[in-house]
Amino acid sequence: MPTLIDRSRLREMLKAGAQLVEVLPRREYDEEHLPGAISIPLRELNRAAASQLDKTRPVIVYCYDYQ
Amino acid sequence: MSSRAAWRLESLGFTSVFFYHPGKLDWVSAGLPVEGTAAGIPNLGTVARRDVVTCRPSDQLSAIKARMASNPTSPCPVVNDHRIVLGLLRSDAIKANGAKTAEEAMISGPVTFRPNVALEEIDRYLTDHKIGHAVVTTSEGS
Repeated sequence: MPTLIDRSRLREMLKAGAQLVEVLPRREYDEEHLPGAISIPLRELNRAAASQLDKTRPVIVYCYDYQ
Repeated sequence: MSSRAAWRLESLGFTSVFFYHPGKLDWVSAGLPVEGTAAGIPNLGTVARRDVVTCRPSDQLSAIKARMASNPTSPCPVVNDHRIVLGLLRSDAIKANGAKTAEEAMISGPVTFRPNVALEEIDRYLTDHKIGHAVVTTSEGS
């Protein structure tokens, strides 16, 4: 079951090597994204897109706010 | 959206999935760095004061006036225990009605802006509305 995290936990996990994924449309990612995040828009999130992620490491997803 | 994405990843076989629900807005609100074409463009988050005097709805205006002595022309956001902005006290209201409470004198539900609004945009708004301040809040309203 996915786990909700806050900013503090996010920063800890990033330091520890977690992967970060922005799921907003690509244009919004291009304008502004968290350092180190990759872009996989929710509409494009399928098996092929997810193959660029490492299943052995934690994955953190985010969008704009509480959407 | 992020929770759906997290569940989708789990359905694709990922077992260690997390979602940062407060999202990009929370990150920007904290003044943390970002990457992308808009990175470095000044926005409200980069110039907003974070040391603003606030008050509670039940505070008396005379007490608020004393706390605002060092910045008497600044408005005072009225917040609850969670620092959610409930209203705004204009500086002239603070000066005029010492015995009233903040709740009685405040403007309810003031217009607020998010930290990622471009300075150019807010400048237009302030000019058009002939006001000298803008309240900046996070997505949670605090």
